[in-house]
Formats: sequence, structure tokens, C-alpha cells
Amino acid sequence: MIHPIAVAGGSHPSPDPRDRGGPAQPMLIVQGLKKSFPIRAGLLNRTVAEVRAVDDVSFVVVKGETLGIVGESGCGKSTLARLLMHLIPKDAGQLVLDGDPVGEARGVMLDELRRSLQMVFQDSASSLNPRLPIEQSIAYGPRVQGASGSSAKAQARSLMEKVGLNPSLFGQRYPHELSGGQKQRVNIARALALDPRLLILDEAVSALDKSVEAQVLNLLGVLKRQLNLTYIFISHDLHVVRYISDRVLVMYLGQVVEIGPVDAIYDDPKHPYTQALLACRLSMDPEARVEAAPLAGDPPSPVSPPPGCRFHTRCPFVEEICKTAAPVLGDVLALAPERHLAACHMVQPGSGHSRAPDRVGVH
Amino acid sequence: MNDMSPPAVAAVPRPEPFVRVEDLRVTFVSRDATVRAVNGISFDLERGKVLCVIGESGSGKSVMMRSLLRLHPKGRTVIEGGMRVGEHDIASIGDRTMTKLRGSLVSMVFQEPMTALDPLYTVGEQIAETVRRHEKVSREAAWARALELLELVRVPSPERRLKAYPHELSGGLRQRIVIAMALSCRPSLLLADEPTTALDASVQIQILVLLRRIQREMGMAMIFVTHDLGVAAQIADEVAVMYAGRIIEYGDARDVLVAPKHPYTRAMLASTAKDQGRDHPLEAIAGSPPDLRALPDGCSFAPRCAHAGPDCTRAVPAPVTDLRRHMARCVRTRLKAGLLTFDPGVAGDPAVREGIDLAARSSPAHCASA
Ligand SMILES: Nc1ncnc2c1ncn2[C@@H]1O[C@H](COP(=O)(O)OP(=O)(O)OP(=O)(O)O)[C@@H](O)[C@H]1O
Ligand SMILES: Nc1ncnc2c1ncn2[C@@H]1O[C@H](COP(=O)(O)OP(=O)(O)O)[C@@H](O)[C@H]1O
Ligand code: SF4
Ligand code: SF4
Ligand SMILES: [Mg+2]
Ligand SMILES: [Mg+2]
Repeated sequence: MIHPIAVAGGSHPSPDPRDRGGPAQPMLIVQGLKKSFPIRAGLLNRTVAEVRAVDDVSFVVVKGETLGIVGESGCGKSTLARLLMHLIPKDAGQLVLDGDPVGEARGVMLDELRRSLQMVFQDSASSLNPRLPIEQSIAYGPRVQGASGSSAKAQARSLMEKVGLNPSLFGQRYPHELSGGQKQRVNIARALALDPRLLILDEAVSALDKSVEAQVLNLLGVLKRQLNLTYIFISHDLHVVRYISDRVLVMYLGQVVEIGPVDAIYDDPKHPYTQALLACRLSMDPEARVEAAPLAGDPPSPVSPPPGCRFHTRCPFVEEICKTAAPVLGDVLALAPERHLAACHMVQPGSGHSRAPDRVGVH
Repeated sequence: MNDMSPPAVAAVPRPEPFVRVEDLRVTFVSRDATVRAVNGISFDLERGKVLCVIGESGSGKSVMMRSLLRLHPKGRTVIEGGMRVGEHDIASIGDRTMTKLRGSLVSMVFQEPMTALDPLYTVGEQIAETVRRHEKVSREAAWARALELLELVRVPSPERRLKAYPHELSGGLRQRIVIAMALSCRPSLLLADEPTTALDASVQIQILVLLRRIQREMGMAMIFVTHDLGVAAQIADEVAVMYAGRIIEYGDARDVLVAPKHPYTRAMLASTAKDQGRDHPLEAIAGSPPDLRALPDGCSFAPRCAHAGPDCTRAVPAPVTDLRRHMARCVRTRLKAGLLTFDPGVAGDPAVREGIDLAARSSPAHCASA
């Protein structure tokens, strides 16, 4: 059984009538989530190997927060998002939505999960039907859920206003008649149509121009307050993640390597991978150039991740212990969400790494 | 106007530029519309220097780059103005010569590496083929050169990678291969159109460091297009900011990125999420760029500019260039003690029609470009 976690931080404004578990109950608990993709080859199309895209991932999402997720391409961010949305089946693990296990007899059913959780993708164009005027695209969700034509239309128009698109100006336009930023607003409106509680934004502003990105980020901020939303914000832009997130989760090769409050992560990163990733941020000052790439090479293949610490092949602090024993993150489900945790032998007391703190006097 | 005298800073004499673009205009004509994608661009670039062109989507960055390689669809494109690279007049040379110069004089790296690679051939075959298209060398020599090129762009295990197909490589490795191909015939000018936009921050910085090193070692000139100010800061010697097909600010990278003078550049810098307080909304630029089929009169940025007034829409603001060669096109920029300043309180001066170029005035060597 999974029990509610006492949350010290986090602001909980007005009580939400949709709230079942109370303000301290996490919006979402993710426990031991796993997903592998088979690699098939040969005449018999036999499985020859597996990509371990998400490999035992656990974390909580606190009500009303924005949890940022960062990591290099291929580390499993999108796979994680799709697992949370139940767009692909998981191999193992459990999801608890506002106190209720998902997909179990007495828990929330998939229908409801799909309503409470909505997702906005990076590619603003391909997620819209090119042959539907956008007002109809937005009204589609409510229609499927049983709203009448006129009420779905009215909802669509009010959503367009919420995302800053004048319904009489834009309602009848087709996706190809919109700019990237406008299309992304339509996608956000569509995601909001079913009154979700948690929005997963997978690289939702990454394809936008910087000036448009700022507009959409501001919109996300306003909507979050107005509609009492919780966000999972996936992005490779570390500046944007710092601006928008309350807490940050860092992934490497399918696993969580560090998690904690945004300022703790950015001001005092504990995991060498997080440190290197943050060092890849570019300055706006030509006199503060990065002279040598902080992370050499590509991440190793997730098909055969290195033994021990998965980062050991690129880590400047690697020692013998790192090559054999996998460092643990700590029990993210039992500890308070505002704890700053890193899966590295250097922060693990008595791990055998020369830089590890002693067993006694744990911080 | 007493702004212009006496200059407190002496203008720096400049060597003869390697690339000179003068009043370039590119118009796409079709039955239903005329798109004015580039509306009078001028700049000089020396050998061994990197010019970064920044601007929003649709501002004409790629069109300008493709003009330098004459890659536009013929019948539907009208190109006016001058483009010179080395001793070659790009606007007037014949098609055969142009084909020869592509790759050897001017070479280009595109945003999406897969578009430049053929999925059916190995990396080695493709690089060797590119080498042999330009140089009469044996198959073995071309293959050896391919290996050398992979070493140059720091591809790990290069022998093995020569035999790999593009889909077997990561995005970062593919972009290195594309760069190797672009460098295969030792171009004097490398055009790079957002070569890192599709990459992770960690790989992006690897490629930027690599390009910068190779560019220095080979003494190449490079024009690098990006919409990311951080990327520009990392790689540029000089920066040109484009808006609606015009360069609205130009200068030394630090002058433009750290002390911008044009309201658009300033607004762009202010709108980035970098180091912004979490509790405040970002200073987003309202609205969107103008429709290139129907450009507004005067300053194209006026509909979105916080400092716009009636004096902004009378005519396209003329360029004002200071002694450091920092240029802006805005009626509220002025010269003070020889340096560009932005003064929101000042009204546009109808006398400034032709623009002012302090750098050219005090440096006779440069008069030709005025
Ligand atoms: N062959 C063409 N025919 C008609 N219009 C064109 C053509 N090529 C480009 N354009 C138009 O010219 C304008 C400038 O395009 P360009 O590709 O240079 O933009 P860009 O600054 O490179 O933008 P991005 O950052 O999105 O790459 C756009 O409005 C584009 O639609
Ligand atoms: N449908 C699939 N079949 C096989 N492999 C996949 C599939 N989807 C994702 N992967 C692999 O899983 C890993 C994680 O991918 P993804 O979650 O898309 O990463 P990210 O979003 O962090 O860039 C990658 O190695 C990717 O190639
Ligand atoms: S466990 Fe070892 S290899 Fe892994 S990050 Fe820590 S020091 Fe580096
Ligand atoms: S000319 Fe006027 S509208 Fe244009 S940038 Fe300057 S102040 Fe703004
Ligand atoms: Mg992804
Ligand atoms: Mg372009």
C-alpha cells in the first residue's frame, strides 16, 4: 500500500472540488516504472536485445507544482511521459493518481486517468488534424466525452479565449494558416478541453522561436494559476526549466539520477552528470565562452547500459566502486519531496568512494 | 547635430573583406503573391571571422544563405544587389562555375543532418564521393581523405564509422559527418544554417567548440545562422540581427549581445528565460513578425515596438554606424561621442535619410562600402 506523504512546502490555494486525496496527497505517485522495447532482427524476427528506455523510475508529483524533467536525448523522457499517459503499456510499476491506484479494481479507471492527465507534444503541427478548422479540433474532445454540438462549440470558443486566440478571428482557420506559436496555443487549448488536473508538456516550447516561447511560457503560468493545474515540464532547455519548475528531476539512461527543489539542483548539483549538464548552458556573453565541452561523446547505448553507475564511462570522479555497484537514489516515495537526492557514491555515506562522507554525521 | 563631433574613439582601419554583400534583395514571385524575403542586406566579412545571423523564424536568414550559393528556384526568384566571395562575383558567374564553386569555395551545413546524407550509402562512400567530385584523386586517396576528415571532426573510432550507414549514428555524430563533408574540399567560406538546433545542449556545445576550432585552424570565414542568442555568444565574432528581411543591428558580438541598441534586439534579450525570476512573467514581445507579402511602411518592427511613434512609420530607418562599426536601424538611436546610443525620448530626425557611417567617414580604406 502507498500512503499519502506529508508535504511541508508547496502552496495550496483554494480547495479544488476535484481533489479527493486532500492537499497533502501527491497528485501522482510513480513507483518502479519500467519499459523496455525489444529489438528484433533476423529471419524469424526474434528479439535479440532490449532497449531499457525507462528502468525502475519512482517519483512523486506534488499538487500544484511544476516538476521539470531534464536529460539528454534518448534518456527516456518521452517514454516516461507516454507511460504516464498510458499511451504505451508498462512492463512494471504502479501509478497512483490523487490517492487512487490507476487501473485497479477499486482505483481510477483509464478513462478518468486520460481525462485528468493531458499531454502537449513538441511537434505542434503534426498533432493537429490538417483538415479540421481549429475550433472543431478543440471541440473534438468534449464531443467524444458526450457534450452536445453547441456546448462543445461554446467550450472550444471559451478555451480559445483562455489561450489568447480570438475565436472569431481564428476559429475557422486551418492549422496550416497558423504560426508555430499559435498552433501550440491550439494544442494547449485542446489539452485543457477535458478539464485536466495534470498537464504533461513534452518539449512543448522547444520548437518555438524565443519571442514566441516567452509568450507561451507566460500563458502556461497564467493557466496554471487560473485552472489550478499541476505540470510535468520536459525540456532540454535548462534555462527554461529553471524558470518554470519548482522541482527538477534529472534522468540518465532510463533512470533518475538526481531530484530536488529547483534552486538546490541548479545552485548545488550533487550528481556529476547534473553538474556537467548544467555546465553545458550557454552564456549570453561572448567573453564567457565554454572552451571545452563539459560532456564528451554520446551517452552509452541503453541496450547494454554500463554496469554499476551508468554514468561511470563519462564521469570525471569514477572509482572502482562505481564500476561494480549501482548507487541508489534513496527512497523518493518515503522521503519528503523537498529533499534533494542524488544517485552517486560520492553522496552515499560509507559507499567506498574516497569522496563519500563518513557513515556517522549524515547531513 | 552636434552628436557627430568630435569623435572620441578612433575608427579602426579594416582589411579588404573576403565576403561583401551589398543591398541584397530576394523576392519570390508567384501568381498569388510577391514575398519580399530579403529587403536590402549589406555586410562585409573578413577571412577567418565568424558572422552570426540571428532572427526569428521567417526573418530571411536561410534565404540570405541560399542566395550566397544561388540555390533558389530560378524562374520564381528575383535576386538583386551584389554578392562577392573572394574574387568571384556570385551574382553574375555562370551556372557551371557556380556548381564548381559549391563545396570548394562556399560550402553549407544544414540544420537537419539527415537531409544531407543518403541513407543507402555508408558514411565513407559519401565523403569519398564528395571528395572525388571536386578533386581528381584515386578511390584509395579519397577514402584516406575521408578518414582524415572524420579525425578532423573528432568522430571516435573513425575507421569503423566510415563503414556505418547514417541511421546507425546518433544525431551528434551525423552532424559531425555532415560537417566533415562540407569541409571535404577545403572551402574558404562555410555557411552553417542552424547546425545545432536539433541537438542536445551537451552535443550542441561539442559541435560549437569543434566548428570554432576548425574554423580557426583552416582560417575559414563562416556565416552561422541561429535563433539562439546563447549559441551566437558562443561562436560569433560579429553578429547581425535580422528582422523582416533586413539587418536591423550589426556589430561586434559583445556590442550587440551585451549592449544592444535596437529595440528589437533589446526586447529579444529581455524575453529569454535565462536567469529570470520565477515569480514574474517574461517580457515577451507581443504580436508576431510582419507578413512579408505586405510589409508595413517604415520600420517593420513598429507594430510590436514599445518605443514606436508616428516618426517610425514614415520611412525605413536608415542605418547609423558608429566608430566601432556598431550599426542600428532605428530612429531613436543616435551617435554620442562617436558611439551608438539608444534614446527613447528622442524623435526621428528627418534629415537622416541616407544613414550615417562614422566608421567609413574616418577610415578612407573603407569608403567603398558606404
Ligand atoms: N521558395 C520560396 N518561395 C516563396 N517564399 C519563400 C521561399 N523560400 C522562403 N520563402 C519565404 O521567405 C521568408 C524567409 O524565409 P527563411 O527560410 O529565410 O526564414 P528563416 O529566417 O531562415 O526562418 P527559420 O528560422 O524558420 O529557418 C519566409 O516568409 C518564407 O516563407
Ligand atoms: N517504440 C520504440 N521502439 C524502440 N525503441 C524505442 C521506442 N521508443 C523509444 N525508444 C528508445 O527508448 C529510448 C528512450 O527514448 P525517449 O523516451 O524517446 O527519449 P527522450 O524523450 O528522453 O529523448 C531511446 O533509446 C529510444 O531510441
Ligand atoms: S557513482 Fe561514481 S561514476 Fe557514478 S556519478 Fe558518482 S562518482 Fe561518478
Ligand atoms: S524605428 Fe521606431 S518602431 Fe522601429 S525600432 Fe526604432 S523606435 Fe521602434
Ligand atoms: Mg523526447
Ligand atoms: Mg531557416
